[in-house]
Amino acid sequence: MEKKTGPEAFLDEICAIPGGEGIKLCIQCGTCTASCPNADKMKHTPSQLIAMARAGMRKEVLSSNAMWYCLSCYLCTVRCPRGIKQTDLMHAFECLAVRDGVSHAGTFTPTMYRSFNHFACALGSLPEVGFMAWFYMLSNPLRALRMFPIAVNLLKRGRLSIRARRLTPEGTSQLRAILDKAETLGGVS
Amino acid sequence: MKHYTYFPGCSASDGGARAYNRSARAVSRVLDIDLVELEDWNCCGSTPSSAVDELGAHCMAARDLALAEKKGLDMVTPCSACYVIFNRTNAYLKEYPHFKAKVDEALAAGGLAYRGTVRVRHLLDVMTNDISADTLKSRVKKPLSGLKVAPYYGCQVIRPKLGFDSPENPQSLDRLIASLGGEPTPFPLKGRCCGGSLIISEEGLALDLIRKLLESAAGGGAQCLVTVCPLCQTNLDAYQSRVNKKFKAGFNLPVLFFTQLMGVALGLGEEETGLKAGIVPAEKVLAQYI
Repeated sequence: MEKKTGPEAFLDEICAIPGGEGIKLCIQCGTCTASCPNADKMKHTPSQLIAMARAGMRKEVLSSNAMWYCLSCYLCTVRCPRGIKQTDLMHAFECLAVRDGVSHAGTFTPTMYRSFNHFACALGSLPEVGFMAWFYMLSNPLRALRMFPIAVNLLKRGRLSIRARRLTPEGTSQLRAILDKAETLGGVS
Repeated sequence: MKHYTYFPGCSASDGGARAYNRSARAVSRVLDIDLVELEDWNCCGSTPSSAVDELGAHCMAARDLALAEKKGLDMVTPCSACYVIFNRTNAYLKEYPHFKAKVDEALAAGGLAYRGTVRVRHLLDVMTNDISADTLKSRVKKPLSGLKVAPYYGCQVIRPKLGFDSPENPQSLDRLIASLGGEPTPFPLKGRCCGGSLIISEEGLALDLIRKLLESAAGGGAQCLVTVCPLCQTNLDAYQSRVNKKFKAGFNLPVLFFTQLMGVALGLGEEETGLKAGIVPAEKVLAQYI
């Protein structure tokens, strides 16, 4: 593909991500924004974010907190009259932001997602305790203290396990080989 | 006997939702549903992972799908998040050849291939569509007569449009509660999100969503809620006291997995239903049935 510049270049980047191509169909009706449970907490509403992306405002879009407040509840996706996969579009923005090295964006959600991914990839399963401890250490260790009463309640009912579920050695190396290969393939675009 | 490949997911398998896994298996045995756990499965790839490493996340899902394909059965999961993730990977592999080529290449590095034939279903779909209401009714030993239950679907089991229930006004769980003899209560927010994993990074925001849900459920006269997702259960149950504190509210609504409620009605014991794992105690509300 010929390398474009200006607004078109950013749009091409988005469209190359599965689910991103729908952005060109948006008619700015605002249904997504009206449906979003978190729109009022976002620096830019979902429809604003789309308009900004189409205007080529790459930096503003990728540093917004909006996509990190997306709950992936898919209400916008099922309601969009143009059939845009809004939620997938939000994920596309997240991916592009991560590629650009955005790590905070006014919320610790990117840090939380990274912590999650760190464990999921390394172990092949998610140990809830380890992941949360790791996240609080990276974000705000004091918040871990606030979690203490909830942790105790879960522990008392056998709902907190320190030990992670492990794959067999064969399964672990198979997953490792797949993920190592995937890393060399340059993302989903 | 109906046979399925079973994908419990991290939370129900070894995490905070073990009572879900246990009750799902026990109820399945009673209903002649054969759940064979997928051997050596890995995390589905999850929503958080796909935000930071999208290809890697899809490849994790694809490994599970490739392993499941060898079994030739539908793959069933009790987790709404795993359900959406697997279906998304399946859809992307069909829709985007360029993406599929990359996933195929990565899978090949692990000696696997995936043809895209595994149908991934939620346990609620199986329990309400593969098992007829009459069959279920005939197995009920302790009808839940008089019990007012708020059917909480949450978001990802009904959205995006994966087909087995309405994304806006779902009914399957309502019908299931009625089959058990209970009374599904009006619950306008039954298909709204619980805050998901943002409870960890943006607690205030998630508590606000949970409060609205509890208010909606209590407003319909519910004595308890049932959920179909590990994360929903944790958010509504473990964080209920925090909602009460923050909003000076007095919610006291036990939050059960739907399979736990089924277990009670089918006459199973604590060992199988795992009711004691709930943080908001359910014993009082369920006293006359257990």
